[in-house]
Amino acid sequence: MSSGWRLPAGGLIDRNRPLQFKFDGTSCHAFVGDTVASALLANGVRIVGRSFKLHRPRGIVGAGFEDSGPLIERRSPRQMTNLQPTTTPVEDGGIYRSVNTWPSAALDIGSVAQAFAPLLPAGFYYKTFMRPSWHVFEPFVRAAAGLGKTSPEGAWQPTSESRFAHTDVLIAGAGPAGLVAALACARAGVRTMLVDDSPWPGGRLLDDDLKLDSRPAAEWIATVVAELKSLPHVRVFARSSVWGFHEHNSLTVVERGPMDVVGLDYRHWKIRAKHVVVAAGAIERSLPFVDNDRPGIMQASAVASYLGRYGVVPGRRVVVVANTDSAVTLACRLKAIGALTALVDTRATTANDALHGAVVAAHGARGISAVTIRDQDGRDRRVECDLLAVSGGWSPAIHLASQSRKARTTYDDDLAAFKARSHSETLHLVGAANGAYATAACFAEGLAAAQAACRALGRPAADVTLPMSSEEAVSVGRPIWSTSVPLRRGKVFVDLSNDVTTADLGLAVREGFDSIELVKRYTTAGMGVDQGKIGNTSVIGAVAGLRGMPLADIGTTTFRPPFVPVEFAAIAGTRRGPCLYPWRHTPLADWHMANGAVMYEAGLRWQRPGYYLRAGETWQQAAQREARTVRDQVGVYDGTPLGKFLLAGRGVTALLDLLYVNDFANLRVGRGRYGIMLTDDGLILDDGVTFRFDDNTWLLHSSTGAADRVHQHIEMVLNVHRPDLDVALVPVTSAWANATVCGPRARDVLAALQPDFDASAQALPFMTTREGHLAGLPARVFRVSWTGELSFEINTAPHQAQEMWSRILAAGAPFGIAPIGSEANHILRVEAGYISTGHEVDGTADVIDLGMGGMVSKTKPDFFGKRSMELRRSVDPVRAELVGLLPDDPGAVLPEGAPLTPGGARADQEGFVSACVLSPALGRAIALGLLRNGRAREGETVHARVYDRIVPMKVGAPIFHDADRKRVKS
Amino acid sequence: MLLIECPWCGPRPEQEFTCAGEAHPPRPHDPSAFSDRQWSDYVVMRANLRGLHEERWWHVRGCGSWLSVTRDTLTHDIRTVSLIGKASSS
Repeated sequence: MSSGWRLPAGGLIDRNRPLQFKFDGTSCHAFVGDTVASALLANGVRIVGRSFKLHRPRGIVGAGFEDSGPLIERRSPRQMTNLQPTTTPVEDGGIYRSVNTWPSAALDIGSVAQAFAPLLPAGFYYKTFMRPSWHVFEPFVRAAAGLGKTSPEGAWQPTSESRFAHTDVLIAGAGPAGLVAALACARAGVRTMLVDDSPWPGGRLLDDDLKLDSRPAAEWIATVVAELKSLPHVRVFARSSVWGFHEHNSLTVVERGPMDVVGLDYRHWKIRAKHVVVAAGAIERSLPFVDNDRPGIMQASAVASYLGRYGVVPGRRVVVVANTDSAVTLACRLKAIGALTALVDTRATTANDALHGAVVAAHGARGISAVTIRDQDGRDRRVECDLLAVSGGWSPAIHLASQSRKARTTYDDDLAAFKARSHSETLHLVGAANGAYATAACFAEGLAAAQAACRALGRPAADVTLPMSSEEAVSVGRPIWSTSVPLRRGKVFVDLSNDVTTADLGLAVREGFDSIELVKRYTTAGMGVDQGKIGNTSVIGAVAGLRGMPLADIGTTTFRPPFVPVEFAAIAGTRRGPCLYPWRHTPLADWHMANGAVMYEAGLRWQRPGYYLRAGETWQQAAQREARTVRDQVGVYDGTPLGKFLLAGRGVTALLDLLYVNDFANLRVGRGRYGIMLTDDGLILDDGVTFRFDDNTWLLHSSTGAADRVHQHIEMVLNVHRPDLDVALVPVTSAWANATVCGPRARDVLAALQPDFDASAQALPFMTTREGHLAGLPARVFRVSWTGELSFEINTAPHQAQEMWSRILAAGAPFGIAPIGSEANHILRVEAGYISTGHEVDGTADVIDLGMGGMVSKTKPDFFGKRSMELRRSVDPVRAELVGLLPDDPGAVLPEGAPLTPGGARADQEGFVSACVLSPALGRAIALGLLRNGRAREGETVHARVYDRIVPMKVGAPIFHDADRKRVKS
Repeated sequence: MLLIECPWCGPRPEQEFTCAGEAHPPRPHDPSAFSDRQWSDYVVMRANLRGLHEERWWHVRGCGSWLSVTRDTLTHDIRTVSLIGKASSS
């Protein structure tokens, strides 16, 4: 063999393109095609990181996503942390380092944690760090445990794009079974997608030195892939993972570094497939023995991968421990290159020239140096080695099939593994994922699944001549779940990612956390980055042993997406911020922003001006100025987001009488009425004013934030509960722009707009509507008020909104008009004592609590919520009621939600402050609140408790301005 | 992501729909005829079945139809989809 760790020839790497990189400061060599893991092994790097909890030295274990070894960070190029070295391609000039270590993986200060291992048993954070408080220890434990630090704000972020696709057949896995299935589907002419994690299709055929039809397997793979790629209805995905199998055959696929777009890090796919063939292979298990986590202990299949794909032999004196035939094959290959020290066959029955016995312990703290074997006569033997290749058995990769809920998982004694059985004709499990490990069986099952899928799709199945494999029969041994020897010292790991040992499992079972789902959560076994791909079946086996039950009765934990780690950035793509969930803008948004408005959400993604900032003002000053303008002169605000629904039909009156607590049938044409709408639980859904245009045409207003709820509620009533009502409902929120002119000079502004109708107080009184022209533009005017002032809501077509707005401002200039935002609106409505959804309407208050019991119809036999409201009040007559509150300290502006407690004591609250503002009308702080028995307590002093400050407040009526509503109705 | 076969629009993705919950009986015309217990049960109690389950979906970002959907809560299989309310009579 060669002098280094890299064989002189072989593998799929490009030896003409050498690369240089650094790991923990040390320069290393690699070739294009290497992963960081294969390159580190080729450079003889043993310790790649430290374990999650105990800081034990760890090395590479696997060769793909199943790897349970340490994670790494890429410092450059494109900083990114928590990468699996086994799936990260090495880059020229790349700078990598281990995570969770300091100063490096090899010299790790945190390894003192091993001395504290007795303090860190399963569930330690509930136990050992409880006094004085977990929070004292948490920062230290968190800093020592775990994963890499996330990139700082503004650092490089991966780019990703999203695609949707439909296909007839999607095949997960391009090993022998997947390739044949894809070829058969492709030749039958059905749309086919073949997805594989690796940059090279072929799966296990690339690892094992197999001949197909007496030719190297690579030749057959190349022929098949060339044919697939030549067909327009076939897509072959490399370096891509099916990470989720969701409802109705929808699959999520992440494609890493798509080759067709420069600079694109990911392409994320949502694919709907008529048929899914799961050919995801199988994952090799480890074996339980003391210190089975030492660097240099690897999956036998991973060693085969490093040999076959990268030309790397990770040891010069290798001991192979075989509980399967596949590891015996590996031993033969290692022997041929002179790297085999010993083959230990754990199976008593097989006949080969191996040592027959069990591994008891590994030796060598910083990397394996020897292994103790106990032979069948009970004699221990120490064998020196620098690599231990372990094959404990195979677990079919049933993850995707289980996620689909189209398969039932059962334990198969013959396979010594859990197996998934499809109960859907659109889900096919084939090859090693189905427990068929022999290459010939993989080919046959892949072909059969493709033929079944094509038949179901109504296509004649295509013919594929299956190659003859040089492989002999493949058998697996009896599973070994626990150590047969009493432990003297040391740890036996079942989950390397999260540092879970057999002792932890024992503790969980002894403490009663014995169901497998509880074992998982208590010990965190299977909850690491690798999601227990190697370890889970061993955990189940060990728990079965501890509980004296068959594995079938223990069962598996639930398989959930993602099957492999996927970055949020890959899934999100360009759908970030407003691209994910767009803002709604009114036609006046540009004007607002050009005129100093600070915009924010007013509900349901509507952007509205909060206030218009003038030079030198704070936002509070701006809000006070705007509110005063409305009280003293006149203001105008953009009320466009207000929910609007057109109702038409002979059944509208019946509908409204069912929806609202008050009567609508007697409302005259041209008039409007304020109504409160409940759901059948007796609680308030929304409030608003509804106008009648003619006998059968009405316009219903909802709050901005409640528009969608109200829409669904009315639709539900019309379609489910009362389909007999003749009503058509059209949401028209965006069809009308709304500029609301409010203040004592509002009528002067309206007159200056030269309406072509009589807008006098007599002709257009409060709660009426008129259609006509204002400033020459068609408009509809509603007399409603939410500010406690004379108010006209001027509705126009959206395309004329800007023009109408400008003309209003021009007409209002002589009267001192100014635009106002949501903050001033809020001040004004609190002064006027108008309720607001989300403040006083808090999901517990009913109509009577809010002082509007007089509205509730006494004649209607029924309306939504009537029965429940009555029922609730009969059971619990003591209610929290709406009150006005005046803080003794006139400057005390309390936060919304401030609790009211008896005497300000640290006690249960008897109410809360729902809104508190500085009132320009009164020149002091005023508040609204809900208070137990509040109306009977007028004149009392209650106490708000804000942190450690106690604010006495006088209870009064919930209205501070225009108590007789003269100004509103003027 | 569910694929729901709208009788008007064909198979459409779940995002176009809003689920309006279990298809409990329509609202009684005379709630006062109910006992307190019966009324409370009508308002809050739902079967929440494991297995086949009838629920209402609203094709709000599609044709606006209301649908009655029989879905298996375990496997997500959808057995039947039918129009309800106004759409079914038009």
